[in-house]
Formats: sequence, C-alpha cells, structure tokens
Amino acid sequence: MNSILIIVFAPLLAAIVAGLGGKWIGHTAAKIVTTAGLFLACALSWPIFLSFIAGNAEASVTPVMTWVQSGAMTFDWALRVDTLTAVMLVVITTVSALVHLYSWGYMDEDPDQSRFFAYLSLFTFAMLMLVTANNLVQMFFGWEGVGLASYLLIGFWYKKPSANAAAIKAFVVNRVGDLGFMLGIFGTFLVFQTTSIPEILDAAPAMAGSSITFMGARWDTMTILCLLLFVGAMGKSAQLGLHTWLPDAMEGPTPVSALIHAATMVTAGVFMVCRLSPMFEAAPVALAVVTTVGAATCLFAATIGTTQWDIKRVIAYSTCSQLGYMFFAAGVGAYGAAMFHLFTHAFFKALLFLGAGSVIHAMHHEQDMRYYGGLRKEIPFTFWAMMFGTLAITGVGIYHLGAGFAGFWSKDAILEVSYAAGGNGTGAFWVGVFAALLTSFYSWRLMFLTFWGKPRWIESEHIQHAVHHGHDEPDEHNPAAQEDAGHDVTHAVPNPDHGDGTGGYHPHESPWTMLVPLGVLSLGAIFAGQFFAESFLDSAEFWDGSIAYNAELMHAMHEVPYWVKYSALVVMLLGLFGAWLAYIRRPDLPRQTTEQLGPIYNFVFNKWYFDELYNLIFVKPAFWLGRVFWKKGDEGTIDRFGPNGVAWVVDRGSGFAKNVQSGYLTSYALIMLLGLVAAITWVLF
Amino acid sequence: MGGFPILSVMLAVPLVGAIACLFLDAKPARMVALVATLINLALGVVLWANYDIGGAQWQFTEYNELFDGFAYALGIDGIALMLIMLSVFLMPICIGASWEAITKRVGEYMAAFLLMEVLMIGVFAAQDIFLFYIFFEAGLIPMYLIIGVWGGQNRIYAAYKFFLYTLLGSVLMLIAMLWMVNAAGTTYIPYLMEYDFPVEAQTWLWLAFFASFAVKMPMWPVHTWLPDAHVQAPTAGSVILAGVLLKLGGYGFIRFSLPMFPDASADFGWLVWGLSMVAVVVTSLIALVQADMKKLIAYSSVAHMAIVTVGLFAFNVQGLEGAMMVMLGHGLVSGALFLCVGIIYDRLHTREISRYGGLSINMPAYAVLFMLFTMAAVGLPGTSNFVGEFLALAGIYQANSWVAFVCTTGIILGAAYMLYLYRRICFGEQKNADAAAMPDLTVREYLLLGPIAAAVLWMGVYPESFLAPMRADIEVLDARLAAAAPEGDANLAMGEGLPAEEEHAEGGAH
Repeated sequence: MNSILIIVFAPLLAAIVAGLGGKWIGHTAAKIVTTAGLFLACALSWPIFLSFIAGNAEASVTPVMTWVQSGAMTFDWALRVDTLTAVMLVVITTVSALVHLYSWGYMDEDPDQSRFFAYLSLFTFAMLMLVTANNLVQMFFGWEGVGLASYLLIGFWYKKPSANAAAIKAFVVNRVGDLGFMLGIFGTFLVFQTTSIPEILDAAPAMAGSSITFMGARWDTMTILCLLLFVGAMGKSAQLGLHTWLPDAMEGPTPVSALIHAATMVTAGVFMVCRLSPMFEAAPVALAVVTTVGAATCLFAATIGTTQWDIKRVIAYSTCSQLGYMFFAAGVGAYGAAMFHLFTHAFFKALLFLGAGSVIHAMHHEQDMRYYGGLRKEIPFTFWAMMFGTLAITGVGIYHLGAGFAGFWSKDAILEVSYAAGGNGTGAFWVGVFAALLTSFYSWRLMFLTFWGKPRWIESEHIQHAVHHGHDEPDEHNPAAQEDAGHDVTHAVPNPDHGDGTGGYHPHESPWTMLVPLGVLSLGAIFAGQFFAESFLDSAEFWDGSIAYNAELMHAMHEVPYWVKYSALVVMLLGLFGAWLAYIRRPDLPRQTTEQLGPIYNFVFNKWYFDELYNLIFVKPAFWLGRVFWKKGDEGTIDRFGPNGVAWVVDRGSGFAKNVQSGYLTSYALIMLLGLVAAITWVLF
Repeated sequence: MGGFPILSVMLAVPLVGAIACLFLDAKPARMVALVATLINLALGVVLWANYDIGGAQWQFTEYNELFDGFAYALGIDGIALMLIMLSVFLMPICIGASWEAITKRVGEYMAAFLLMEVLMIGVFAAQDIFLFYIFFEAGLIPMYLIIGVWGGQNRIYAAYKFFLYTLLGSVLMLIAMLWMVNAAGTTYIPYLMEYDFPVEAQTWLWLAFFASFAVKMPMWPVHTWLPDAHVQAPTAGSVILAGVLLKLGGYGFIRFSLPMFPDASADFGWLVWGLSMVAVVVTSLIALVQADMKKLIAYSSVAHMAIVTVGLFAFNVQGLEGAMMVMLGHGLVSGALFLCVGIIYDRLHTREISRYGGLSINMPAYAVLFMLFTMAAVGLPGTSNFVGEFLALAGIYQANSWVAFVCTTGIILGAAYMLYLYRRICFGEQKNADAAAMPDLTVREYLLLGPIAAAVLWMGVYPESFLAPMRADIEVLDARLAAAAPEGDANLAMGEGLPAEEEHAEGGAH
C-alpha cells in the first residue's frame, strides 16, 4: 500500500473515531487514536521528504476515486506527491503531531477533549488533501475543509460569544477570498478546458499575451486568472484587506493557533501561489500585485505588532507579517525562497505559539503581557524555547560564519533576492528591512515584558482569581476557566500581599507533554535553516519542476553587496537595542513615546481601524438592506400589490357586485339603460 | 424489467394506501402510510438498479391510449429517475416526521401525503402532456390541505396565498399546451421535445410556461408565498415542499421550456439571469435578518433555487448537470434542515430563534447533524450542494461572467446567514431553562436524519452515481440547445505566448 494513502487518511480515520466514537471510547482512547494517527503520518512523511532531498524520488500521482465528470469538466480524487508536496507534508504532519502531543497537557482538564482532538485530526486531513491536490477543485476541497476545521476550532469554546463571533468572522472573510478562488477556477476552466494542475501549468506559458473579457472589461488572460486566484490566497493567508479574521482567531485554544493560524493553514495561500507558479510567471502584472500586497502586509502587520499587549495577538500579527515576506518573495519570482521561509517559519512560529501557550498556562490564562514579568527563572524551559524562537524569527546569524538560526537563512534570502530582482523588488527589499527592524523590536519586546523585569502578576484578575479561589471549583459558566486545564495551583496560598508583585502566585513549568514539543521545535528553529538552505534555495534538481525555478535570479541573490547581506542583522540589533531601551533600561519611555505620537499610536494600536471600517461599510448595511428588502420589498411591495392586492380587489369587487344585485328594480333599470347606450354606441361607431 | 409496469405500480401502491388511510384510525393509518412509502422506496431502488445507463432514452415505458389526444403514457429518462428517487426517499422520512407531531385527523393526513406521492411520481413519469398537467396541478390540492388543515395559526392565509400564486400560471400553461398539441398534432412529450415550434410562437409559449414554472420554482419576485407556506406548514409538509415541490419548476424548465422552445429560452435568458441575480442577493440578505427559523430556511431556498435557474439557462453541460445536482442536493439538505427545525419545534413549540441557544450542550448529537446540514447548505466541498453549485456556477461563468460573479456572492451571504443561525441555536450560553432541558435525539429522529446525512455525503464525495444516469439525457438536451445557445462573454483572443527561453524550469514538471 502506498504510504501517501496512509499519511492522508490515517488522520481522517482518527478524526472519525475520536469525533463520533469519543463518547463511548473515552477521552484517553480518543487522544491515543488521534495522536498515534498523526505520529504515524509524520513518521511516513519524513522518508518521502528526505528522499526528495537526496534526489532519488520522483513525482507521483496516486489515484483514489472518481469525483465529478461533467462534460469537459472532470476532476478526480487523487494524491499528488512531488517536492513541493513533500515539503508541506513534513511541515504539516510534524507540527500537527507535536501539537497533538502538546494538547495532552494543555487541554488536560477540558470536558470536550475528544472533540478537540477530532477537530485537530480533521484539520490535518483537510490540509493534506489541499497539498496533495492534483486539480484545482480538490485543492478547493482542502481549502474549504481547513476553513471548516478552523471555524470549529476557533469556536471550540462555544459558550464564549467572542469565540463564536471570531469563528463566523474567520469563515465569512475566508469566503470572500473563496469567491475569488472559485471565479479563478471557473476562468481557468474556461480558458484551459481542464482543472488538472499539471495540464494547466503546461499550457499556461502559451496563454501569455492573450486577452479575455471579464465582467465587461478586457483583461490580459493570465493576469486576471492569477489575480482571481490570488484573492483566494489573500483570504486564507490573511493578507492586507482580508486579514481581519486572523487576530480574532486567537480566541481558539493556543495549540490551534500554533497549528492552524501559524504553521500550516495560513500558509496555504503561499503554497497555492508556488504550486501555480508557472501561471504567475506568465502574468507579470499579477506578480507585481503579489509583491506589493505582500510587502504592504509585511509592514502593516509589523507596525500593529509593536503596539499590542496580548501575547497571542503579537504573535498573530507577526504571522501576518511573515506571510507578507513569503508573498513578496513569490512575487519577485523566488518561489524557492518563499517555500523555504514557509518551512522554517512553521517551526519557529509554532514554537513561539506553543511557548506562549506554556506561559499562558503558567500564568493561569492571563494573556496580557502587562501582567507578566520576571518569568525567566520560574519557567526556564519555556523561556529557553521562546528564546530560540525569538532568535530564529529575528533572523540572528552571521553571513561570514555561515551560521545562524532558521529565520536568518530564509528571511535574509528573501531580502537578498528581492534586492537582486530589482524593479519593485527593490521597494519590497526596503520595506522588508524596515519590517525586520519592527519584527526584532516587537519580538524582543515580548521577551522582555514576559521574562525580564519585576513580576507584575498581582494586577492580573486571572492571577488573583487563582490565588483566592484555587482551582478546585472551575467556573462552569466561564469557558475561559476551562483553558486553565492542567493547572496545578495547590501551591497557590491565598496570601496576596507579598510586596514583590507576585501576589503570592507561583507559576509552574508545564508538564512533559508540552515541553517535548517545545524541545523538538526548538531544534527546528535552530537547525532547519542551516540544514536545508542549499536544497531549497540553490537546487533546481531538488524542486524538480514542481515550482518555477529561476536559476539566474537565485544566482544573483548570492551576488548582492555585503551591506545587503548584513542589513537584516543590523536592523535586528537596532530592534533589540530599542526594545531593551524601552522595556528594561527606561520603562517609562514607551508611555512618553505613545503620548507624543498620540493619533498615530492610536491608529496603529486600533489596528488601522479596519474592523470599524468593515463593520460600517459591509456588516451594518447588509443587515439594514436585509430588513429593507424584507419589510419594504417583500411585504411592502410584492405582497401588498400582489396577492394581498388581488385579494383586496376581489373583496371590493365582490362587494360591488353584491351591491349591484340589490333587488331594486330601479338599479336594474339603470344598468340596463347604460348597457343599451353602450351597445348602441358600439354598433353606431 | 420484462414488461412489468413498475411505474404504474409505484403510482398504485400509495394510491391504495391513501384510500385505506381514509378509513383507518390513527395507529393503523400511520402503519399503512409507512409501509406504503417503504414499498415505494424499495420499488424505487429496483427502478434505479434496472435503469440501463446508456440504453434507450425513455425506459419503463407504458402506453395506453384512453381516447383520441389523451394517453396514459408513462416512461422515464435519467433526469426523471433521479427526481423520482428523491421523492420516494423523502416520503418515508416525512411519514416518520409526522409520527408523533400529528394527532388530529391522522388518517386524512396520511392519505394526503400518500396522494401527494402519487402525484409527484406521476409528474416525473408522465409522457403525455395533459397527463403531466393533471398531476402537476393536482399536486396543489393535497399541499393546500396539508397547510390549511394541519398548519400553524395563520394557516388559512398561507394556504390561500400558496393556491393563488400557483394557480396564476396554470391557466396560461394550459392554453399554451392546447395550442402546442394543436400545432404538433401529438400529446406525447418525447415527440414534443423534438418538435420545432415556429420561433415567433415560441416566445408566447415560453412566457406561458414561465409564468407557471417561475412561481413553482419560486423565482423572485413571485416567491413570497414560500416563506408563509413553510412557516405555517407542519414539519413534514415543509420537507416535501422544499424537497420535491420546489423541484417541479426546475423539472418543468428542463423538460418543457428548454427542449421545446430553445430559441425563446435563449432570447429570454437575460430575464432569467436578471431575476436569479436579484434573488441570490436579495433573498440572502433577507434571510440574514430573520428571527423565525423556518422563514430563514425558506428564504435561503429561494436563493438556492436561483442557482438552479442560472445553471439551466447557462446552455451548457456543466450548467444543466449542476442545476440538476443542486435540485437533488437542496432537496435533501433543505428537507433535513426543516426536520432539524421540526425536532426542536416539537420540544419547545416555537420557531423563534432567540428562544433557543446552547443546544450543543444538551443535544450534542443533534448539534453534530445540524452542523453537517448547515455546512452542506453553505456548499462545503464534500457535501451534495457543493457539486451542484460548483458546476452550475462554472456553467454560467462560461455564458456570462457578471452573472457568475453576482451569483457566486451567494457563497459569502449563505455562509453568513447559516452560521449566524447555527450560532444562535446551538452555540452560546443556555439562556432559556426550557430549551436547556430538551432531550437529545430519539431513535426515531436518528432514523430520519441519519439516512439523509449519508446521502448528502455520498452525493458530495461520489456524485458519479447520480450524474451517470442523467449524462446521456443532458447531452441530448445540450445538443438540442447548441444552435440557440448564446455566445459566452469571454471572447478569448490568443496572444503570442511566452518566448521559449523564458520558460525557466517548467519543462519536466510532470
């Protein structure tokens, strides 16, 4: 049996068993089934990936079943494995397996654990279907499937109104992107008469320069197709304009944020652009748009990241920003660099999220960094894991030593290749460098606020609650309390006044199920770049045609001036210095600065007012229009003049007829006379 | 099948059952109705199993000329087969849904339902145009009674509205039929489908049929009878109304308007497109603000049916097959959604959405199934509705990208109103003590929803079972329409392509 079948369908089976059978087999069995399924998939994925690295594997397609045959439009269930898929396979299965394991600890006391694990496995299945798709429609299946899983997991604590709202928002905003994706598929079918990805990619170059009408305007064929598909990618990957759902998605349990909203699902858009790279290569205008949107998102999200207080939101905006890097790398034609950053980012961002989860876990569900501080000594393992993650995301490494953390290899490659590409790549380079400065600042800000300084725990309501009430009486009506699963607060003596800011609270390091994933991902954050840089960046053989590989550009990347190569390191140090200055050396500085910046700070802090704007121009008008169409349209016009009007006319008419048949001879005579006059008139004229 | 008149038997079984029910008490009447519908389901399976895919266009034919110009002619093609299957599949579920909810005049109620089944199968199987007309219009009567006798508080208004609207087009359609039979010299539908009516006559004939089918569909703006009818009808009445009766309009288009008047259909394509675009956007927005569960789903039905009409009038294979799949998928899913509403209505006796909330806690199994049907309603891939909507929209895209764009916005609006509904019913806190005390699904309710859930997934994952029988018939229809089909708006003009040397590493990609 082909191992890819097991990789893809083991998580599905596990999800069904745990989801539908969880009630009967119990939590532990459900957790074992799903986690085992994922570790199995992971164990089978690495050999596939390594054989592609070694260069002794070939692209293959495993047919599964017929899906739809409708005239020329046919698409089947099939699993495609090539280099691009293999990269995604290891990312998805590794992070997913580790997140499953992590959730044993994190969700330990949740009453709905089997449902949670079933959703995680279901998500993994859908994501695997997405990356193994051999046609656009199966990709869309996976695309919507991960959307469903994301919706279910964001809203996992379904009693919480904010979680429900965030879940619906994620689904609906993604559907806006899917509108573009669907129209893109339709258009692609119209032009190429197929939905098979390899056939489309083969035919794409010949379509360059052709033109087509779409919605009344004349377009370059490949440009409009790629732009429509890219709208889908923007939705799923939370790019500027369609990003509003991602920060809200942090309402979900933290393991979900790590798996779905950092490492895998949100990178699906990048994957799609890379998968269809030969199409985008035939559409230079679309590529320019990809670069611009990517660079804009990269900068925009980083600015917001510097102002947020919620630890998960900082990382969420960071994710959004890093996705921007991937997109502008793809936009300048360096798909390998984009995929490389996707690969390393999956490890260090999952690490940061799971680390944040461990901090939140230790701090009794407090997510506000203003109430952290001094945790370095209390939870040292988590601290070091977060440290490696931070070193990776800020891109610490030295070019001449040829050594650095994962992000150094991938982010620097993106900056260098943008510089080398010229054109609007140069602009993207400068934006990217500035965003790297902000990245360094907000990442170190997070570290300093959390792990350095004096404890500020006493001000936190969550901590006070933990200290005063212990954890023996979980609040049934507060879903937030359920996230406290696994807390061991037996040491929490109700003695708040210690005078040291701790409020008598003792944070605890997480159980081993949570620490092992942190350890493994730390290895990824440290070494993933070093080990795989050559294959991802410099080897056309490795990619083997699964993406459009521009050898000249990748060669030029290595020839950029030294100042370009060191620019990222310099801004990283500046960011570190700035964060140190603001949060350790002179803690009053941030307040002064925000006061001076006033309106600008508020604009950034309020996330550029996107939510307010969308609420004003989309959500409210939709409800208003609905009411108008209903009350004024259906009831006020159609019913009033339609059926009710007819009924009224009949009613009045019959009343009139009744009156006419009064029995009075005079009225009959009058009518007879009128009839006679009419008849004579008719005959005479 | 060797001459066994299976279609007549499928008409006779529920008819006999209906007559029997009239004379029986509640308990035996329920039993008789259930047995009769199950026998018909079994016969339907036999019918499907014996349908020869790729064989003759019309199968299981029966022909008895009763008098000149009127024959008892039955026969089905793949399209009719699928719709008959939908009817016989939903019927036992309707009887099961009424098992406890209906307590007065049970015998008459069951008789009305069984008569309904006779008429629905008759509509799809009739090969004589007047026989079709009789079945088509007679279907009004049992539905009128079901709403008017066993309906909610405002049932009389709803029943009249339903009757008035649907009667509107009937007269015109009958006149058109008389004219056609006179011109073509036959009442046999298969001949009429190949008869070339003069182009100028087609216009009037098409409009006459359109008046009837648009109401049945229902298309905006003649849809306002549907929300009222649904709200007032008992659960099973809503299921059969949404599940099968709404498909009569689509069936009418695909059986009469398109093949008999291809030129007029092409000429009036803009009208259908326009009304459908309005329907998708307007009724979806109206669904968003509903406070009554049944009304919300009723309005969503109008939006979904608009996808059917654009698919039919896309004039290509994808559009036609997509329209058929939406009809089948919507028949299952909206039926299931009305059952879901009925299940909680039976417990709390209100359709007010705000009276529920947090049902995931006390009714977890219900919440899972309701979620599945919600996702199917929003067209999630892997469920029945996706296949249909995707194909129908892909079809209309080839005809006109504007129409495709406007209709595809339905996937956003659909997600908004369905998830908003689900959230208010199943998620959140348990605000109402009585809603929180409701027990989870009973065995009977599992038996109602389970088969539909299986069918929804089957149709989504392996729709080939349903597409295969219809393929040849759709091809015939597509060929018939080919001459009249309008040009698409794409006008693809080839360029020179990328120079060979710029094709970096695209070679060897596969």
